[in-house]
Amino acid sequence: MDRLGNYIILILIMLIKGNWMEDDQSKNIPRTDPVQSATFSNSINSEIRRAAATGIYDIRGGGAKRKVPHFDDLLFLGASISRYPLEGYREKCETKVLLGTRFAKSPIELDIPITIAGMSFGALSGPAKEALGRGATLSGTSTTTGDGGMTPEERNHSQKLVYQYLPSRYGMNPDDLRKADAIEIVVGQGAKPGGGGMLLGQKISDRVAQMRNLPQGIDQRSSCRHPDWTGPDDLEIKILELREITGWKVPIYLKIAASRPYFDTSLAVKAGADVVVLDGMQGGTAATQDVFIEHVGQPILSSIREAVRALQDLGMHREVQLIVSGGIRTGADVAKAIALGADAVSIGTAALIALGDNDPKLESEYQALGTTAGAYDDWHQGKDPAGITTQDPMLMSRLDPIEGGRRLSNYLKVLTLEAQTIARACGKNHLHNLEPEDLCALTLEAAAMARVPLAGTDWWPGKSGSPF
Amino acid sequence: MCGIVGLFLKDQGLQANLGYFLTSMLITMTERGPDSAGIAIYDSNKSTGVKITIQSEHPDNDFEIIRSRLAVIIDTAVTVVVNDTHAVLGMDMDKVNLARQVIGELCPNVRVMSVGEKIEIYKEVGLPKNVADRFSISTMSGTHGIGHTRMATESAVTTMGAHPFSTGIDQCLVHNGSLSNHNSLRRKLRRAGVVIETENDTEVGAAYISYKMQQGSTLQEALQSSLIDLDGFFTFLVGTKDGFGVVRDPIACKPAIMAETDQYVAFGSEYRALVDLPNIEKATVWEPEPATVYVWKH
Amino acid sequence: MQIIDLENKSLRELNAKLQAQSSSASQKVWEVLNPKGGHAIATGLNAPIDVTIKGSTGYYLAGMNQLATVRVEGSVGPGVAENMMSGCVIVEGDASQYAGATGNGGLLVVKGNASSRCGISMKGIDIVVFGNIGHMSAFMGQSGNLVVCGSAGDALGDSLYEAKLFVRGSVKSLGADCVKKEMRPEHLIILEELLKKSGSNAKPKEFRRYGSARKLYNFNIDNAY
Repeated sequence: MDRLGNYIILILIMLIKGNWMEDDQSKNIPRTDPVQSATFSNSINSEIRRAAATGIYDIRGGGAKRKVPHFDDLLFLGASISRYPLEGYREKCETKVLLGTRFAKSPIELDIPITIAGMSFGALSGPAKEALGRGATLSGTSTTTGDGGMTPEERNHSQKLVYQYLPSRYGMNPDDLRKADAIEIVVGQGAKPGGGGMLLGQKISDRVAQMRNLPQGIDQRSSCRHPDWTGPDDLEIKILELREITGWKVPIYLKIAASRPYFDTSLAVKAGADVVVLDGMQGGTAATQDVFIEHVGQPILSSIREAVRALQDLGMHREVQLIVSGGIRTGADVAKAIALGADAVSIGTAALIALGDNDPKLESEYQALGTTAGAYDDWHQGKDPAGITTQDPMLMSRLDPIEGGRRLSNYLKVLTLEAQTIARACGKNHLHNLEPEDLCALTLEAAAMARVPLAGTDWWPGKSGSPF
Repeated sequence: MCGIVGLFLKDQGLQANLGYFLTSMLITMTERGPDSAGIAIYDSNKSTGVKITIQSEHPDNDFEIIRSRLAVIIDTAVTVVVNDTHAVLGMDMDKVNLARQVIGELCPNVRVMSVGEKIEIYKEVGLPKNVADRFSISTMSGTHGIGHTRMATESAVTTMGAHPFSTGIDQCLVHNGSLSNHNSLRRKLRRAGVVIETENDTEVGAAYISYKMQQGSTLQEALQSSLIDLDGFFTFLVGTKDGFGVVRDPIACKPAIMAETDQYVAFGSEYRALVDLPNIEKATVWEPEPATVYVWKH
Repeated sequence: MQIIDLENKSLRELNAKLQAQSSSASQKVWEVLNPKGGHAIATGLNAPIDVTIKGSTGYYLAGMNQLATVRVEGSVGPGVAENMMSGCVIVEGDASQYAGATGNGGLLVVKGNASSRCGISMKGIDIVVFGNIGHMSAFMGQSGNLVVCGSAGDALGDSLYEAKLFVRGSVKSLGADCVKKEMRPEHLIILEELLKKSGSNAKPKEFRRYGSARKLYNFNIDNAY
């Protein structure tokens, strides 16, 4: 019995000692911090789980979200002893731009070099389109229809309206074509070079269905190629036809995704376009496969110089105008795009944010949708709390088009003032006099893509005459 | 992108006008291809020898060197007929390879446009009308010919980038469309020893067909297998010693029109190219089916 | 009758004259000589006039036509009557690719053969082809009627929406989501009317109907490609 008692005490002592020793060990032996994988990140893993659960690709709206070299990596070289700035107010910095001077009888004159990019009625609500029209008109610039045709509201509220001519040809008709101030033939858009439009059933309301001649509530797929022409040789003939139908009056734009910008711009010129619209991968879409948005197409920063080079090689720079888009957010972006050779820029995502898209004041509603302000991109579901990318009457009513128009116009004004501030500081009396030599780059990538020297050097990768 | 034209004469009485018809067909395709133009003519003259058509950017200099030295070096009679920036050298068949080697040494910048008993290829940068005029194509005669006007898509506008591409004896090819796997195919063919000089997708198509035929395929078989091995959008018109062949890819978006009468078989990218041919109103006009090979021989 | 000869008048002059008829249709009947395969002839018309083209044309004859009747005594290139809204286009010969592409209304009659992609993305146009049609015809056809008295090529009606397809001859193959459908009295009536309007001798009962299986109308796992 004693022995048993001894054993029990021994075991108890060992247990206590053991625990004590464990405590000792946990105090003395450090553990590694948990490490998340850069390759198998949380968001990648959540996508793999979603794919495993559903068996279908993820569809969302917006443009490329991943970080890519962008205008932030460029800086302006302001006034110095060798270069003198302009005073504000009295010493003018002009912002007007004329688009479509090559062949059109009536080119478009804009007060500011910032236009509103094509976004469809269908993807956006009626009030949202009206707000865009109002804002653009207040600012003396243009809006663009999208993959669904021209609505009377947009034509009435938009003083200058560019009418898109897309592969789907939804709503296309000669009467509207003749009401347009310009025609934009869409070959591609930055979010999905090679992809067609997409509008899911939740947004195919009666009105949308009727305009697009589709059964209500279906998931609309658009074609990725034009139905009646393929290739720049045929495109030339199509442009001839469109000019004949509109009496050679209005400019013909050609919109391309940033893919092979040098060749595409050359071919656009050879096919007879008046204006080239170049959209980088950060450019948004209403809905497409996430994999398309993130992995196909180039950033706008790496495409502009190539497009400008093509125009220069053909002796057409400033004769055929270049509008660029895809991640234009501030007046600095506007100024940098123009400095690199663009004639104007176009905004889409930024315009929607100005109207109220992804506003933190709606955070509780975003949370209810399983997302958060700034990340909301399931626009195809048509449940937008801001009432912009939806066809739901209750949600739509949250956007006051007049207020929205004012907000957009305020934002456009700021973009313009910022760009002017920068241009004056660089000694320019017109935004168009900004040039690549006014810039330097903070990173090697930006230097190589924009062909602008790395700050503190006179070199960029690939510069001719350099040993690299 | 481009315009293609082709004319195969059944009626010998029209042979003297081959160049004239081809020139007019070519010029109607100018808008489709303003960058450069080229023509391959298969002449009707009987000859026992072989012709090498060469091109130089310094024709006076280079052709004089060749005229005075080539025949002596390779020890055979060589005729030299100069035509603007091109020259046609005639000689015996068995001296051709030696001649090419020597030309390469004498004048390294001279390019060989074609080699064959009947074929001559003329191509340059510029508008089709200017290209045709400088070589006096409209005065040429022959049994058949193909022509091309180019709007460069993914490679440079240069003389060598112009079509037709010739990569075999009496063979040439013109193309309307855009191949999407030409880079991989170029690497494969180069590894197999085929010489491909430009980054142009069409040259890859031409090299592929010639390679296949060298390996024993008939023209028909080579065009048939191109439907599997080549990816992209293409209409090919291939010239051979006896005739020509046509094939369109299975999607068949790039245009192609053919017209046939008792006197000829004609090909054009647009009907416009055919309107001035004799008796066109009575011709059978049709579009080649996708993924189908058509071959015409004398 | 007004005659315009394209040998000595430009395309712009021709189209401007024809388009001007929309505001004052002073001349109802027109003839166009020497089209010679030219493109964009008689495009953008918008008046109930009658235009006869004496010869064959290139691309986009009568593109975006409204109200006019355009007759072609010859063949036409790609895209005849593309996006037509109303009116009538009659081709005595053959039509190249994309005949009637994205047409919203009106009637297109091709008395010869039509090539590939006939009626592509049709949005309400009626097309009657006396001969055969090529591959990928009625691709993504949304509405309207395509009547083929001859045969149809591969992939007929691929990704079809609500357009109705009637074929008398054989169909080489059907496209994705296109199936044979029951011919009901209302379809026979549509056929009767279209055949009569186009001047065809074919009998409605000789045709079979094809339409959308409607399985691709909503994205789901089984349809993912």
